[in-house]
Amino acid sequence: MLQMSVKNGFEPALDHAFARTLAQLAEGEAGVLDRLDLPDDIARRLMELGFLPGHTIVPARSAPGGEPRVYRVDGSEVALRRETASRLILRPSKAQAKQ
Amino acid sequence: MSACHGCANCAVAEAPPSLLKAARPHVVAIIGPPNSGKSTLFNRLTGLRQKVANFPGVTVEHRVGKARMQHHDRDVLLVDLPGVYSLNPRSEDEQVTRDVLAGTMPGIPKPDALLLILDCTNLGRHLVLAAPILSLKLPTLVILNMADDLKTRGGDVNTAELASELGSPVALISASKGQGIEKVFQFMQGTSAGTASLAPPRVELPVLQDIPRCRQWAHEVGSGAAYRAPAPPVWTRRLDAVFLHPVAGPLIFLVVVAGVFQTIFSGAKPLMDGLQDLIQTSGQWVEHILPASIFRSLLVDGVWSGVGAVIVFLPQILLLFLFIGILEDSGYLARAALIADRTMAKFGLQGKSFIPLISAYACAVPAIMATRTIENKRDRLATILIAPFMTCSARLPVYTLIIAAFIADRPLLGHFFGMQAAALLGLYVLGFVAAIATARLLKSSVLKSERVPFVLEMPPYRWPTLRSLGLRLVDRSKVFLRRAGTVILLVIVVLWVLENLPVKNGQAPPIEESFAGMIGHAVEPAIQPLGFNWKIGIGLISSLAAREVIVGTLGTIYGKEGTEQSVGLRQALRSDLSPGGAIALLVFFAFAMQCMSTLAVVRRETGGWKWPAMQFAYMTFLAYLCALITNEIVRSGILA
Repeated sequence: MLQMSVKNGFEPALDHAFARTLAQLAEGEAGVLDRLDLPDDIARRLMELGFLPGHTIVPARSAPGGEPRVYRVDGSEVALRRETASRLILRPSKAQAKQ
Repeated sequence: MSACHGCANCAVAEAPPSLLKAARPHVVAIIGPPNSGKSTLFNRLTGLRQKVANFPGVTVEHRVGKARMQHHDRDVLLVDLPGVYSLNPRSEDEQVTRDVLAGTMPGIPKPDALLLILDCTNLGRHLVLAAPILSLKLPTLVILNMADDLKTRGGDVNTAELASELGSPVALISASKGQGIEKVFQFMQGTSAGTASLAPPRVELPVLQDIPRCRQWAHEVGSGAAYRAPAPPVWTRRLDAVFLHPVAGPLIFLVVVAGVFQTIFSGAKPLMDGLQDLIQTSGQWVEHILPASIFRSLLVDGVWSGVGAVIVFLPQILLLFLFIGILEDSGYLARAALIADRTMAKFGLQGKSFIPLISAYACAVPAIMATRTIENKRDRLATILIAPFMTCSARLPVYTLIIAAFIADRPLLGHFFGMQAAALLGLYVLGFVAAIATARLLKSSVLKSERVPFVLEMPPYRWPTLRSLGLRLVDRSKVFLRRAGTVILLVIVVLWVLENLPVKNGQAPPIEESFAGMIGHAVEPAIQPLGFNWKIGIGLISSLAAREVIVGTLGTIYGKEGTEQSVGLRQALRSDLSPGGAIALLVFFAFAMQCMSTLAVVRRETGGWKWPAMQFAYMTFLAYLCALITNEIVRSGILA
């Protein structure tokens, strides 16, 4: 039902090789969320704020030092730390899909 | 504003007047996501007829107030619920909201009707909450707030269409400007008179557990009602370009924090001096008109000067809450939390702890109440436990008195920054260092937590309204004055009794032979290593209730007027206390937990005596140890 994988102690290294995470987007560069690689209750909390699979997310300004960063998502702006943003996996963009 | 709700009452005047005044009030709950303007609406509907209370058994606060209805047969009681995104009971806020709506919250009757308030500039996301609320099948008014924002940013929505989709009336309002409020009064009038009817929603409600489905449903409902999302908030983006600028952002942040400090300390001074004069003059006047008696002594020396010494802080506390109000209502506070997050993370805390900790500079009690915005339980507890280390305004009179008496005002950096100012700043730094060291200690031991993500919604910038700022100040004044009138008054009376008994030859005994003196002598051996004598001992005991009480107590003991400005008391202290003892006293006050109100609020917020007891023991131990070390250092003359 929900596209989401629960953290099981393994780093999802294979996924990272192909899919980028929200943390890797540059400011202003849009990405489409694929899934939330976070424990269920945290993932649900983020989904309530608009971080839903299929939604487009655009990183905006960040605090001095680059962290936390504000993300434009579903009509509002939500700040996340890098550790959280790096768990939000993006759908491969068109450029990547060609490779 | 009064015109708006006046016409509301005209419009509903035809409601059948019941001859029997209903005994049970009509209960209406306000529910909505965070930042939807719930509190603004609540203030609009109730004005000053509201009070803050805690839900029984939990740490969640709620406000209850009577709606300002004119033609009504039943009281309309409004309950302001915590801001929630859903009714899935994951957080305490959501559990409380569920319980109230189900009628299972003790002390609060099941609501007869609901006001669901949503931010219509972000209707797609906010409508998600409509699904679980409408499934409760209670008469519900769907309020689309921020109508003015929606219009100016070029958005639109067909409310009639939305109402028929949802099967509930819909009102497009601006709670901050008061536009459309009459529709809310009309709705409450209707449900109160029992004339409101429930229409089934035209759209089918989604499965509530499935968030993507709920979001899809909200999108379809919005499209059905011809919802056009507004353009992005241009001004918010422009302002963020400045406030979150890599260089300008932190600078502005520092200027804001420094400005708040400066205003609290120098800006409040004339007001505080004025209040002080007023209290003194009125005290003298009371002394003049009453015949000399034990009662006059209690009234003037005890109540007047004691309670007066506390009330003097009102301007300072109000100024701080004014600033916090402006920062919070304007939306800057969320940016401040964002900027502070990285630094706070180093101490094991997070950006949201910054706001409560800054508030703790005025008073730990509201600061601890403000920790409710921190969802992570362990971060919240850590913030509660370290908040009393921040230099609250009740420490100021003690610091001012001792610094003025013992530290020469030699200039350090020109005329503006002298030794006395440096000493005061040093005490602020000391409290701050103790706080962050304790935070690290807690977060690496008992409160070690798997890092729960930091999630902070950035609201658009808005102009704060005078109404909301004013209500906040009234609220805080009430809380503060109630404390001055209860806990502190009680302690002052008890202390006065201890100082004036046992009666010798029909007269009050010399302080040394009074019960207070005996207690002071009894504790003297324990505090002598810190450089304190029995008089300071009495002061310390009296200040267990509230720190500032020690100034009045010392005034009584030394037979001088007990204010921090009084020259007499300073001289008396100088001749009676060693420099080591005086500096140790400052250090002791920087660390010790001498505030019953704080302990009481920690007990309430943590749900038991365990944490306040540990906090008290830890802070007292730290205060004793550091005062001991300070006294030894000063005495040995290493610094001289």
